[in-house]
Amino acid sequence: MTDIQYLAPRTLDEAVQAFAASAGKGRILAGGTDLLVQMRAGTVTPHTIIDIKKIGEMTAIEETAGGGFRVGAAVSGATLREHPKLKKVWPGVVEAANLIGSTQIQGRATAGGNLCNGSPAGDSVPAMVAAGAIVTIQGPKGRRELPVEAVPKGPGRLNLEPGEIVVSFALPVRPKGSSDAYLRMIPRTEMDIAVVGCGVSLTLEKGICTAARVGLGAVAPTVLLVEDAAKALIGSKLDEAALDKAANACRAACRPIDDKRGTIAYRTQIAGVLLKRTAAIAAARAQGN
Amino acid sequence: MAKLHVSTTINGEPQEFLCDADQSMLDILRGPLGLTGSKEGCGSGDCGACSITLDGRLVCSCLMLAAEAEGRQIATIEGMAGEELHPLQTKFLEMAALQCGICTPGVLMAAKSLLERNPDPTEHEVRFWLAGNLCRCTGYDKIVRAVMETAADMRGGAR
Repeated sequence: MTDIQYLAPRTLDEAVQAFAASAGKGRILAGGTDLLVQMRAGTVTPHTIIDIKKIGEMTAIEETAGGGFRVGAAVSGATLREHPKLKKVWPGVVEAANLIGSTQIQGRATAGGNLCNGSPAGDSVPAMVAAGAIVTIQGPKGRRELPVEAVPKGPGRLNLEPGEIVVSFALPVRPKGSSDAYLRMIPRTEMDIAVVGCGVSLTLEKGICTAARVGLGAVAPTVLLVEDAAKALIGSKLDEAALDKAANACRAACRPIDDKRGTIAYRTQIAGVLLKRTAAIAAARAQGN
Repeated sequence: MAKLHVSTTINGEPQEFLCDADQSMLDILRGPLGLTGSKEGCGSGDCGACSITLDGRLVCSCLMLAAEAEGRQIATIEGMAGEELHPLQTKFLEMAALQCGICTPGVLMAAKSLLERNPDPTEHEVRFWLAGNLCRCTGYDKIVRAVMETAADMRGGAR
């Protein structure tokens, strides 16, 4: 017998109310692939678990006017992958979400959970940052929006007010000649945590890069939007000089830690290498669009 | 706190149980429901020995709360064989794709889920799909070959 309460509200208002009422002792349950592990390890001991998967808005992928998408925060990686259009328009976002864990984990793990777990190494986050995703947040004071890169505050910490829940990610309308990609470096083939993760989203017009965004993971306390790297790519033909400049901008943005997965020097070096490789994949995809 | 009452469907049969809010689906399967085919290896979603399907989707039952089963369809290894063994089960026996057997229920559930989605997987696809099912005995090769052979048989192809 435990004194933990499980709630599965059908509306967002009820979820927000319950979360706010839990006064810091509540936990949102999306895929549960982090939460259940943390509960078992005793690192979190919630009094209330609020399962948000019965809320329609949080589990749907909607196409918005003009060809954008709104992805519910509780949509699993497997559901993202199976969406017929999303992987054509946002292949980088879909491949990033599907690098998280095994088939079994992908069946449950969500982009909302990945963001709210607050790990600097979350794989879907740099891809969402590169994509320019706007996060819809609902709390006791109503709705607001934040660019995805503004949500993490530090490892395990978020810029959310008490009672606020991440509802969905809005992915913008894509101009012709656009695509994205995500690569991560891990010491083994699968099922590990990123040493560096890099998301690149760009638009090509007659071979010239007219828009770009770069997201970098696992090289700082939060996932980074690297504006200087994007600036180096925009206006170029993605030639060696521009890629070198963007890679150096990525390296300059790094503020990593030394740990068992990689040293500061290694992570910094790899951040530039990944930028070049990821930009090349995004560019090859963009030419087909 | 009172126990939660959950009504669900397990292997096609309606099923009700009581659980605590923090009990995993695996705890309930192996405990009150007596369905001990799903194994607990790690309890943290790393080993895949507890694999089940939830509304047709492969998941680790150790990373799912039992309360989440309300109104959903669950399939476990106990439901895999009908009158006869599933072709994957037969092939695993034929090709000795198991040794100690602890990982086998999870591997079979995962392989079945793969073949339902992709009846003609490449070896690469099989290996990636099964990457979340750890086996410390076989070295995986016999498992992968048995899945490939079953897929070929189920497609009606000759050996």
